[in-house]
Amino acid sequence: MTATAAPRTKRQKKQAQGPYGIVGSTVEALDERLGIAKGGRTFMDKIFPDHWSFMLGEIALYSFVVLLLTGVFLTLYFVPSQHLMKVPMNFPYKPLRGDTVSEAFYSTVNMSFNVRCGLLMRQMHHWACDIFVGAIVVHMARVFFTGAFRKPREANWLVGSTLLILAITNGFLGYSLPDDLVSGTGLRIADSIMLSVPVLGSYISFFAFGGTFPGDIVIARFFIIHVLLVPGIILALVGAHLGLLVRQKHTQFPGKGRTEGNVVGSPMFPVFIFKTQGFLFMTLGVTALLGALAQINPVWQFGQYYAAQISYAVQPDWYMGFLDGLLRIFPAWQWNAWGHTIPLEVTIPAVIFPGIVFNIAMAWPWIEQKFTKDKEIHHLLDRPRDVPHRTAFGVAFFSLLAILFIASSTDVLANFFHVSLNTVLIIMRVLTFAVPIIAYPVAYFICVELQAGGSIMGKRKIANVVTRTEEGEYVATPSAPRPGDAHVELDATPVPTFIVEGPAPESDEAELVDAEVDEGVRTASR
Amino acid sequence: MTSHHEPADITTVTADAPQMQPLAKDVVSMERWIGLLFLLGIAFFAGFGVAYWQDGTFWLYGTLLGAGLVAMGAGFIAWGKYLLPRGPFVEERHTLASTEQERSAFSAALMERGAGEIKRRSVLGTLLGGSLGVFSIVALFPLVRSLGPLPGDALAKTNWKKGMNLVDINGRKIHVDDITVGGFATVFPEGLQNTDEGQAIDQTFLIRIDSADFTTMKGREGWAPHGYVAYSKLCTHLGCPVGLYEQQLEALVCPCHQSMFNVRKGAIPTFGPAPRPLPQLPLSVDSDGHLIASAGYNEPVGPGYWERP
Repeated sequence: MTATAAPRTKRQKKQAQGPYGIVGSTVEALDERLGIAKGGRTFMDKIFPDHWSFMLGEIALYSFVVLLLTGVFLTLYFVPSQHLMKVPMNFPYKPLRGDTVSEAFYSTVNMSFNVRCGLLMRQMHHWACDIFVGAIVVHMARVFFTGAFRKPREANWLVGSTLLILAITNGFLGYSLPDDLVSGTGLRIADSIMLSVPVLGSYISFFAFGGTFPGDIVIARFFIIHVLLVPGIILALVGAHLGLLVRQKHTQFPGKGRTEGNVVGSPMFPVFIFKTQGFLFMTLGVTALLGALAQINPVWQFGQYYAAQISYAVQPDWYMGFLDGLLRIFPAWQWNAWGHTIPLEVTIPAVIFPGIVFNIAMAWPWIEQKFTKDKEIHHLLDRPRDVPHRTAFGVAFFSLLAILFIASSTDVLANFFHVSLNTVLIIMRVLTFAVPIIAYPVAYFICVELQAGGSIMGKRKIANVVTRTEEGEYVATPSAPRPGDAHVELDATPVPTFIVEGPAPESDEAELVDAEVDEGVRTASR
Repeated sequence: MTSHHEPADITTVTADAPQMQPLAKDVVSMERWIGLLFLLGIAFFAGFGVAYWQDGTFWLYGTLLGAGLVAMGAGFIAWGKYLLPRGPFVEERHTLASTEQERSAFSAALMERGAGEIKRRSVLGTLLGGSLGVFSIVALFPLVRSLGPLPGDALAKTNWKKGMNLVDINGRKIHVDDITVGGFATVFPEGLQNTDEGQAIDQTFLIRIDSADFTTMKGREGWAPHGYVAYSKLCTHLGCPVGLYEQQLEALVCPCHQSMFNVRKGAIPTFGPAPRPLPQLPLSVDSDGHLIASAGYNEPVGPGYWERP
């Protein structure tokens, strides 16, 4: 330590901190202890490719943030107990006064009516869950159709698929907690699905429910799994998902200046941080608007679950729809011999089918490698049309799930179209086979057609100028980009480490002009 | 590795390079718009605070909260997109893989220090494997076996026994004159109507389909005195209560997956995924004219499972 005079005035203090002020001194303090400066600087320069479809994963991440925030609020009021109690006579919702309900149901309704913001938080939580699973599915579809799962990212595809399964599981667990008539019926169905597992079924059921259905402990168990176990695993896997992403860097679409050897886009700080934080607020805001304006799961209307009661048009959350649909349209086959029963009408649609779906999904990178024999490392994404077989398979796969999803409302459809349930059933059975079989070749040939149209990869379509020749032929020519068009992409440049003040060197101007000309040539050649 | 992280031409980017310019054509008006969004955010958040404090309706403060967040988020995004350097910027991608030498060195170290050591002492290795195996099996006992009782024959039984009175949810006995033809009720064994077991397992659907004694199928003569038939209310598909009675079709319908059961013919399934008829409860009438069970169910109720004969 040199004996310098302690800074006294404000100015002296500022000078002592050096040119970067409080930021500089904090960085210095941290770097001396943790060595953050070098890595931190590199991290700030991390490039995020700009494409709207890269936002889908962000929606999933941020709706998970909403789930954590609102979920913590809910735990402060929810009582995970099936113990019965009487609803007080001064309860705000009159139809329930004096009813015998479980503490789980009462605390759910009570937080909806008696806690300020309680209903908002409940509805935000439920909406965020539906959005969370939806965003994961759409994000996964993006990764699938663009081939982002290919080597070296197979492990991250596995982590992502596991996250989807966990998200669906936790959605169902949470849906079961309020102990209302609808969720209780869902639990009863879940119990019967457990029972349908050959050999082990009754043990699985008894160990899950602590005895025969419904028992008095399942909600307490599901609660702790829902709020601690599964979210903990999800959090850890989200960390792994993002860690792998940082380590392996982003994929990107092919385009101007984009190669297998680089990443083109916006730097982490500040551009991406600004956009993504804004997007976090947007996700929070949209969920809050939905929670405020769109009613979801009004359990007080369903009432307490009693095992001998049932409601009409009982529907699970959307992501369970494909299972429910297949359960409805599956034929009544059971296997019965040697004193044993396998309820195939449940085992196949509710255990084997989802097993196959998720196994195909998880194994897809390796399934595809078997066909393509492609062992190369890929960082540039495919356009779906350029890989017609994969695209066609994906379309067929999703169309099958979509048909099964629609089949989960056979009764509503029959009612709506005034046809018999039997007609709807037969139609849905036919469509289950027909739609994927037709979708595959249709998607395939659309891809091939689109390929013939040439490859135009850009952020925005450029207007065509259509001219009529003297022979009467119409010719479409892309218009030349106007100077200053937002969509005219510049050459990618490294993130500036040192910005040189003053006018740019001559050579740069020349390059820029070249770039504009290049762009013109490129668009004209399309 | 970091030495070639530094691209050689970084100094060529100047403050007035086009990539460093904002995307907005009119920066000042964009700044105004973004400022307006943030002001809206402030106003909405303040409104949320006031509405919360005043105990406003939830949709009001929820909307204010959401609108504030959307406005603030939109402003933030617009700032990032239109006012910050438009780019694009590029960074190099470096091969993650190590050199062949580094790989062999790692594999060699793993083999020599770890796996090789175990291979050299194969007996010890086997014993270690064995103890790990036994541990992982017995560790499952407290984790799994303690979760609940063994099923035994619990799934095959109900509480219905010979002579038990049929009561409704309020515990009222059913008299033969109580229900007219076409009427129905959900019944339980007397005393169990308010228990979990009574409701989840014993729940039974009682329908009067005729005024005279009725036989639903061969071998069930005398099971339906005065036209009263009783079937387990647990769907044989997935255990939902078969709670809809379609009077004209004389069919019980499960609202969950639309299985239908013909009540005149032993509740055989006529539609939907349910594979088995609903078990029928044999009834008789006691000396007071109340309905009683003349026996329990002669087969397990509810959905199928492995041990079911």
